[in-house]
Amino acid sequence: MAQTDDNHGHVKDEDRRDILFLATGATAAVGVASAVWPLIDQMNASASVLALSTMQVDVGGLEPGQEMTVSFLKAPVFIRRMTEEDMAAVADEDPSSMPDPDPRNPNAAGDAATLQDRLVDPARDIIVLSGVCTHLGCVPLGDGAGDFNGWFCPCHGSHYDALGRIRQGPAPQNLPVPVASLDGDTLTLG
Amino acid sequence: MRLSIASILTAALLATSPALAAGGYGKLLDHEFAFDGMFGAYDQGELQRGYKIYEQACSACHGMKFVPFRALADENGPGFSNAEVQEIASRYEVADEAGDPGDTRPGKPFDYFPTPMAVGNPPDMSLLAKARAGGALHIYSVLLGYTGEEKEVAGTFLYENTGYGGYFGMSQPLWEGDIEYTDGSPETLEQYANDVSAFLMWAAEPKLVERKQAGVWSLGFLILFAVLVYFTNRRVWAQVKGSKGPHS
Amino acid sequence: MGTIPQEHYEPKEGTTSKWINDRLPIVGMMDHLQKFPTPKNLNWAYVFGGILVLFLAIQIITGITLAMHYKVGEYSSFSSVEHIMRDVNYGWLLRYAHQNGASFFFIAVYAHIFRGLYYGSYKAPREILWIIGVLIFVVMMATAFMGYVLPWGQMSFWGAKVITSLFGAIPLVGDSVKEWLWGGPFVGEATLVRMFSLHYLLPFVIAGLTVLHIWALHHVGNTNPTGVEVRKESIETVKKDTVPFSPFYVTKDLFAILVFLIAFAFFLYFAPNYLGHPDNYIEADPLVTPAHIVPEWYFLPFYAILRAITFDLFWIIPAKLGGVIAMFAAIAILAFAPWLDTSNVRSTTYRPIYRWWFLVLVVDFFVLMWAGAQPAEGLVPLISLVATIYWFAHFLIVLPVVGLIEKPLPRPESIEEAYKAKHDDDYDADKTRATGKAHEPKPESNLPQPAE
Repeated sequence: MAQTDDNHGHVKDEDRRDILFLATGATAAVGVASAVWPLIDQMNASASVLALSTMQVDVGGLEPGQEMTVSFLKAPVFIRRMTEEDMAAVADEDPSSMPDPDPRNPNAAGDAATLQDRLVDPARDIIVLSGVCTHLGCVPLGDGAGDFNGWFCPCHGSHYDALGRIRQGPAPQNLPVPVASLDGDTLTLG
Repeated sequence: MRLSIASILTAALLATSPALAAGGYGKLLDHEFAFDGMFGAYDQGELQRGYKIYEQACSACHGMKFVPFRALADENGPGFSNAEVQEIASRYEVADEAGDPGDTRPGKPFDYFPTPMAVGNPPDMSLLAKARAGGALHIYSVLLGYTGEEKEVAGTFLYENTGYGGYFGMSQPLWEGDIEYTDGSPETLEQYANDVSAFLMWAAEPKLVERKQAGVWSLGFLILFAVLVYFTNRRVWAQVKGSKGPHS
Repeated sequence: MGTIPQEHYEPKEGTTSKWINDRLPIVGMMDHLQKFPTPKNLNWAYVFGGILVLFLAIQIITGITLAMHYKVGEYSSFSSVEHIMRDVNYGWLLRYAHQNGASFFFIAVYAHIFRGLYYGSYKAPREILWIIGVLIFVVMMATAFMGYVLPWGQMSFWGAKVITSLFGAIPLVGDSVKEWLWGGPFVGEATLVRMFSLHYLLPFVIAGLTVLHIWALHHVGNTNPTGVEVRKESIETVKKDTVPFSPFYVTKDLFAILVFLIAFAFFLYFAPNYLGHPDNYIEADPLVTPAHIVPEWYFLPFYAILRAITFDLFWIIPAKLGGVIAMFAAIAILAFAPWLDTSNVRSTTYRPIYRWWFLVLVVDFFVLMWAGAQPAEGLVPLISLVATIYWFAHFLIVLPVVGLIEKPLPRPESIEEAYKAKHDDDYDADKTRATGKAHEPKPESNLPQPAE
């Protein structure tokens, strides 16, 4: 609404007014933004939900060949202690010819889906897997199910091997290994 | 008769506040807490000592079912380390939802303070400091309010307390020297009462520090904004009012 | 659109605005709202409408976000509120804003109502505008009451029980109505869940009524402190009496809103529980009644009227029913003000006798509020009764009688004249330029500016 004027002194005054209006408008914008942020942030995970984002599991009771399923973040996690034979059978396989050669393991150092890089701790015989089929999210059956001595998803027939690698069927990826660490008999998830 | 309706309403509002009107409470002592006032905040040492008193003197009878152990690590709360919180949690037995009904297991940080089985239905302490007129000061006044008088009514002993305002069922829970302090704070009853009242205030209102900080910021912002709008409004109206405006 | 001549919106050919407006005249409506001719002499008592719109928005927005975390249920309501207060990001802010927002909503609505009573905002042709306002007030009270039940603390529970028990006073069907409200023979989960459902619904009813309220306002135009109507003969006369709503009342209302928000922020951040009752931080317990059941402060005047009737009315209405009738009648009587007031002068400023009675009504309101907060003992019942009688007498006797006997003071010919008189010093100096087009924004620099 400010209009310039041929009177020099008043042009300056118009400027001053514009600065005032600008400052008020900018302050209003800051106010609206700070009022809106709590409304957005309240939908983020609350402290009680975040408190459940780590979990400790005692795996000391697992014998070789035994498997357990725990519920972590409302989804199953498979924990299996492999036998010597299981390990020997998969130790020399070449993952590069498999459907998904990626280790899918945030805890691993390497970048191939080998025995070493599929384990949470390469020095241990414990395999930890997210129990959600990478095809459409069903929970696969375990205890050596399927044609590859691992897991089998009954929904659409995906076969995973003893390291949870996809070998046959529609699933596109290996069962991912969750972020985890092993300290003695205590497995920490998350 | 120019009305300032808002100011009349506000004044009456303050005069008729139910918090003031509600009677039947005891005498409040004169005491200032670290968290009082606009810039008040919790004192971590007080809260940690207060927690120790809660655990040793209160927790046998009073639970805190809305307070999770993990909150003890809050930066604006007691600020215990995560390892300390784990250790504290494991000292409590909580219901084991995976086991049979009645089974218990050691607490974990995400668990809540359990409610003990106690005679006489002692109140839960999660919100005690907000559920009494006078707040934390009421708790402080009760802890220091025992007169030593007691009487027996229908087989139950009742104890006189000026903070409570009459006789009630809790015998004096804290005595001088009961709780050992490791940080050199005086082991007096006044200090104990201050610390445990502060801790219970934190338990009831864990976001007090965040709230007051946000409040100082918000008030400052609103005042600045109001000043700007005041001058903007004057400029706008200067066009109608004529000479009143920026030029004078 | 309304009865006040206003320049019609003409979108430019070929613009998007025109394309939209030809299909949905929303651009024209926005234009109408912005340029709405508003009396230029409105004082600070006229800011509460804007504040109320803001607070309705605050309540709805914080309410919807709270409902994302609140779990209605006998065993979950209280703990989910604690979850909000402790765990949800900014949950404490949303909850305290909603809780204190209700109080400040009522401060504004009472100020708005008394402003309307003082300046005769209920008089023709604004009867429907006024009655919609009374309806909004009633729905607001219902909403606030139900909202107070939701945390399911001791005051929630006992407040719900006491207030719903009032309906038991209705002759013959009282008990059935009470049980129907409760969803059974006791106040429990069924009662709580329906309160939540309705508490979520009613604010949108308020929003709808608010649209009607503002629609009616824009049809008949604002009142103003002189009570003299805007001269509607032509756009020119209208322009002499009014300014466009934007920017003049945008900045003025915004300033008032900010001052109000400063008071709100003080309570919200530094004394969030001051206006509440400590007992509501104790979980509902049907076996223990709080020593002193008090409603929230904004219900106190009407609660006092409810308790004031301790005797049978007209020998046939039992006291309990009498109290209920009196309480509802005390609100309903507001709706009849347009017909009870016999004065042909709108603004109390020019009513030398009525202004004192108006003051008595304001004092009476606060006396009732005070009495409602006290235990019903000693002098309190008598004071409540006298104050209740005055409340009704004011509307049924004072309004009709004073209007007939009073000799009003001389009123200004027009808003323009009153405005000139008030801003005299300024006006004389630049009379030349102000004529006719005072409200049109223009460069002020064309004219010599006198020092103030």
